[in-house]
Amino acid sequence: MKQDLAISVSKLTKRFGAFTAVNEITFDVKQGEIFGFLGANGAGKTTAMRMLCGLSFPTSGEATVAGFDLFRDAEKIKKNIGYMSQRFSLYEDLTIRENIRFYGGIYGLTDQQIKTKTDFMVGQLHLQDQINKLVKSLPLGWKQKLSFSVAMLHQPKIVFLDEPTGGVDPVTRREFWTLIYEAAQNGTTVFVTTHYMDEAEYCDRVSIMVDGRIDALDTPIELKRKFNAPSMAEVFVQLARKAQRGE
Amino acid sequence: MRQFLFFVQKEFYHLLRDPRTMFILFGMPLMQILIFGFALTNEVKNTHIAILDNSKDPVTAEIIQELQASRYFDIVENIRSNSELEPAFQSGKIKLAVIFPPRFQYSLLHENKADVQLIADATDPNVANTLANYATAIILNYQNNMKGQEEFPYTINTEVRMLYNPQLKGSYNFVPGVMAMVLMLVCAMMTSISIVREKELGTMEIILVSPIIPIRVIIAKMVPYFLLSSVNIASILFLSVFILDVPIQGNLVLLVSECLLFTITVLALGLLISSVTDSQQIAMLISLMGLFLPTIMLSGFMFPIENMPLPLRTISNIVPAKWFYYIVKTVMIKGLGFSYVWKETLILMGMTIFFLVVSIRKFKIRLE
Amino acid sequence: MSVSVKVNGVSKSFTTGKVEVKALQNISFEVSKGEVFGLIGPDGAGKTTLFRILTTLMIANKGEASVDGFDVVKQYKKIRNRVGYMPGRFSLYQDLTVEENLSFFATLFNTSLEKNYDLVKSIYQQIEPFKKRRAGALSGGMKQKLALSCALIHRPSVLFLDEPTTGVDAVSRKEFWELLRQLQTHGITIIVSTPYMDEASLCDRVALMQQGKIMEINSPKGITENFKKPLWAMRSSAMYQLMLELRALNEVETCYPFGQYHHVVFKGNPVSEDDVRRMIGNISQREIEVRRIPATIEDCFMELMHQ
Repeated sequence: MKQDLAISVSKLTKRFGAFTAVNEITFDVKQGEIFGFLGANGAGKTTAMRMLCGLSFPTSGEATVAGFDLFRDAEKIKKNIGYMSQRFSLYEDLTIRENIRFYGGIYGLTDQQIKTKTDFMVGQLHLQDQINKLVKSLPLGWKQKLSFSVAMLHQPKIVFLDEPTGGVDPVTRREFWTLIYEAAQNGTTVFVTTHYMDEAEYCDRVSIMVDGRIDALDTPIELKRKFNAPSMAEVFVQLARKAQRGE
Repeated sequence: MRQFLFFVQKEFYHLLRDPRTMFILFGMPLMQILIFGFALTNEVKNTHIAILDNSKDPVTAEIIQELQASRYFDIVENIRSNSELEPAFQSGKIKLAVIFPPRFQYSLLHENKADVQLIADATDPNVANTLANYATAIILNYQNNMKGQEEFPYTINTEVRMLYNPQLKGSYNFVPGVMAMVLMLVCAMMTSISIVREKELGTMEIILVSPIIPIRVIIAKMVPYFLLSSVNIASILFLSVFILDVPIQGNLVLLVSECLLFTITVLALGLLISSVTDSQQIAMLISLMGLFLPTIMLSGFMFPIENMPLPLRTISNIVPAKWFYYIVKTVMIKGLGFSYVWKETLILMGMTIFFLVVSIRKFKIRLE
Repeated sequence: MSVSVKVNGVSKSFTTGKVEVKALQNISFEVSKGEVFGLIGPDGAGKTTLFRILTTLMIANKGEASVDGFDVVKQYKKIRNRVGYMPGRFSLYQDLTVEENLSFFATLFNTSLEKNYDLVKSIYQQIEPFKKRRAGALSGGMKQKLALSCALIHRPSVLFLDEPTTGVDAVSRKEFWELLRQLQTHGITIIVSTPYMDEASLCDRVALMQQGKIMEINSPKGITENFKKPLWAMRSSAMYQLMLELRALNEVETCYPFGQYHHVVFKGNPVSEDDVRRMIGNISQREIEVRRIPATIEDCFMELMHQ
């Protein structure tokens, strides 16, 4: 494995019975890169992402994530990655402070570290007045930003974001991407899925999955040139139209 | 009507396509009956017994011989006085004592009748009952053999005394108990869950927005469970009669009608639960805590209500299963007629109407 | 043109615990017959609450509303006979097949698939090959089409679609909107909500919603024309850096990333490229592409949010 690769995947495959959800995908993600992981519904994105996070055991292939082998060191990988999905992020019935404490505890941070982190995070997100409020009382946009920060709490090498901006208002959506940029500038690798095609343009490189395979992988500029398309939305539509299978 | 039938059909699809539901519906009753059944038919072999023979005559000697010869009993002690009985039971050395009064043979031959007393340790009522039955059978057998030789009928009365649990709560009474439990489970829990599931799924929104009348939704939800409960009632009765030898002493039509009445009571309860909850877990929790537990604890099935403190006795009156349990016990086990249970039936009917009215009124035609 | 849906001063609030959430605040609008009307806004804007009030599932605290001339509270039964509703979540029976779902909903409305086949045809044909498959095993796009077929099966006069395209990929979204356009030719009024701003341009008129309020109601064109400030698109080879530097400039009012460009509004509203280039003269980046562009709905939405 090369030192500057955050993720290195070779012919990674996942089968469920006769169904091949992910079919020999091969790609590398560089350290500090913002990697967009796109695909139509049912193309196998979620399955692939679960494998990379160590939540699902691959059928065959090779992969290293954050320098650890996916087959042998899945538990070590979990210590070095952060994960955030739109579905479950924070405990609604805990306060902001309690949530941060809890996740800090899970990742083995000391009390001092948790305190420092809490102060920093709350300052960054301007949540000083809300810190002792229940998370459920926060607007969705704030919850999303907060859960991103919580996913970054233990300074993971890689952060996986599964549709982080779904349903969020346009201003918050951009504020969220500012957070992503900042994380990348600080050397964290960002692996992100989205249905907003304009967000695909913000990524350093984008892969597009169709029917379990990666059909295209390049910088947005190159992809648009190759497919002779004015926008990433157009590139996506051209590729996804070929899809044969459903979810 | 077509609308309604389709709704019922749809409910059946849901039921038949979910193996877990099918298991709860049909596996549980079977399992419960069999588990309780096996606990009951625990075979009795070489049980330690004691003899207190105050007569010591040829007849008592013969009876003792018969008892000793049977494979059920093992005479471990010959006691000389009543005072030795209690310590023997308390130490657990014996489960049964056979006591012959003085001048046993004399009474039998001159008065044509004599008494034998059987004292059993009834801490385990099922075992105690079985032991007493076996001993009585052996003694009756002896008496019948004697009858053949003489011209006057001799009668040996066996007087059975149960120590520690004189009412023998538990024995055959588990069949009505299981019936109440199964109906609670099937009707209340499953109906409430099936309605709440539609709320969770979001399909309730579409159904509410459609022109179907809410009362039809309710009835359509109840019909499949009512039918399945009938199947369950039939299978429980079948199992108890043919596998467990618990006969139906009373009127079958009366028994079945009472069961169906109780089914409607619990369906209404399930409906009530579904109208106050929005998640399947909570519906399940309320069904278990609010219905299932009281059914087990306060219906008289596991623990005799007579021995409970007053507050619990009072609370037990609002547990529908208590009345149902009493009715089934009276009709099925004791074999008594409607005149003995009309009051309880009326109470159950009153409860049913109350629950139905409340749950239909509470059924929301809107989301809140 | 006759009015199909009328909403007048509707407010609705919920209390969860001690907190009172104002889901809708004094909402008023009218939708004409046969119109495609979009409610555009993020989660928490109040779109679902509004749908539930219009489909008689909820009662407003204040104000009144009517659908096809029937009051949503007093004449709710009439409305339930004539509207089609597709809730935000996938609300079909996953354990029933496509066919069973359709016939169930058809009988629910006392009709049959055959009776309204002309209306459902174009959609149903796409899912017909899977009619024996359980709904739970369909792909996202297929589920969407099945749900739409079920909502249409009784030939509703008004169709309410709550976020039909949320979580659906770009291709399925496109196909879905093509279907809606076809339905419009049957004279059905369609009220649709979406968090995707780019879908606003596919509606006849839209209401931009945020936190229980309607910020603006207009045709998509009318909304973008109301964006009076000159808007500039910029890009360079280091976009994040460019954004930071632009935001640091005093002359810049707002700068937001928009896909491959940043959309920038300057104070003083410069109209010539020369003026703009002068304003960004101190930026370290070379070779910045600059051009004036018309505003999109999203630009307008964000502008309205700041007011």
